[in-house]
Amino acid sequence: MTSIPYYPGCTLNTVAKPFDLSARRSLKLLGIELAELAQWNCCGASFPLTPNNIIGLTGPTNVLIQSQKAGGTVSTLCSFCYNTLRRTNQVIKEDEGRRTVINDFLGTSYEGDVEVVHLLEVLRDRLGFSELKKRVTRNLKKLKVGAYYGCTLLRPKSAAIDGGETTRIFEEFLEAIGCEAIEFPNRGECCGSHLAMSNEEVVVRLSGAVVASAQAFGAELVTTTCPLCFYNLERSQKAQGSDTLLATRSEAVSDPLHGDWLSRPRQCLSPSGRGQTPRADAGKGVSPPMREEGDQTPGATLPVLYFTQLLGLALGLPEEELGLGENLIDPRPVLRAKGIVREQLVASS
Amino acid sequence: MMKISLDTISEQNAFLDQVERESGEDLSRCYQCGNCSGSCPVSFAMEIPVSQVIRFVQLGQERMALQANSMWLCVSCLQCQARCPKCLDPSKVMEALRRMSLRQGKGPVALAQVPDGFLERSPQQAVVAGFRKLIP
Repeated sequence: MTSIPYYPGCTLNTVAKPFDLSARRSLKLLGIELAELAQWNCCGASFPLTPNNIIGLTGPTNVLIQSQKAGGTVSTLCSFCYNTLRRTNQVIKEDEGRRTVINDFLGTSYEGDVEVVHLLEVLRDRLGFSELKKRVTRNLKKLKVGAYYGCTLLRPKSAAIDGGETTRIFEEFLEAIGCEAIEFPNRGECCGSHLAMSNEEVVVRLSGAVVASAQAFGAELVTTTCPLCFYNLERSQKAQGSDTLLATRSEAVSDPLHGDWLSRPRQCLSPSGRGQTPRADAGKGVSPPMREEGDQTPGATLPVLYFTQLLGLALGLPEEELGLGENLIDPRPVLRAKGIVREQLVASS
Repeated sequence: MMKISLDTISEQNAFLDQVERESGEDLSRCYQCGNCSGSCPVSFAMEIPVSQVIRFVQLGQERMALQANSMWLCVSCLQCQARCPKCLDPSKVMEALRRMSLRQGKGPVALAQVPDGFLERSPQQAVVAGFRKLIP
């Protein structure tokens, strides 16, 4: 059993507990222990962009210092944590001015030498996807899964996973555990992020476009590494009346490049963002070429899973240990239809 | 459309200088190709798309740049930064404008309208990231 320092972050400790638990349990089966840092704090979720916004860098720096004490490497699951820690580390390493200010403030002498890795990288580089393939005990029967990266794993390129937007690391992971990876156009598009708090309808539109894109390319499930993407993708399918959602999502299918906003009167949302209505011509347009008969039609709900829930399934963990029942959109009907989870297990839970 | 006067050069330069200082970006490099606006996923909801906000800053039009809802809708997804042929990072400009606006005592109007039950069920990272935008 090898051990790797692990930073869960605020969300995995609370509302995304199934993400955390499924990761720990799966990794244990693979002989890797996720050793939670002895002390940690919130990373701040969003990276402070402007150069003189230094106070926001002290939180993630403190996490990095704790990681250094734990052995010089830290693994994360949450895309936000990954992004914030990596970019902060970069600033500390490359910008002497800010490094000095932060160290003076914290009373430390951190130089930016911690390695921040994502769990996908741990699986690929420490275990190896070919080895992972050998450890699979449950046949996922080429389940068609859309790998949704979202923004923070892919951008900026300098802090991205596996080189950024052209990566296939998530797809390779899915193939290793026995799924068919669906590469869909919106896999790196924004879900709306924290606008869920202030502009829900923007999130419904953006996340709706992601869901529609995945469905149009044949995905039966979509998987993510980010609890906020997870929340937005699920809620956007449940939050709105089906009519509005259908219109929004059909529009996204026919018009994946964010609509023809130059040619139509601009829809100015008030700062509160209320009153957005779907376009009258929504739904017109052609379907993507890969769409086949029998694929899910846009409008049907698309279950969202954390990638560690899929990993746990492939490794044979019982579904109760993976928290599948806690997902807002129950993925078990899809899994049952494929014969991946047994009927009686579903009935008894 | 209101009339915009471009004849008060010194004030205009002062605003441009301040935005460049705050953001760390050299806005004279922007030649208005519009890639940022085209790639921005929230352009449809913005009163002024990203490239036009930058144009107003280049012209020293403080009021036009700060009164639009654009900077409050930016979620730093970095599509613009990834697509800019001049390697500018418009998300830094957006954050600079937010901070300048907040220091003038002007925040987004929508903050009080957090959806019902949101704080109980939402991921913490959404709340943290959402409120982080409001730090001047």
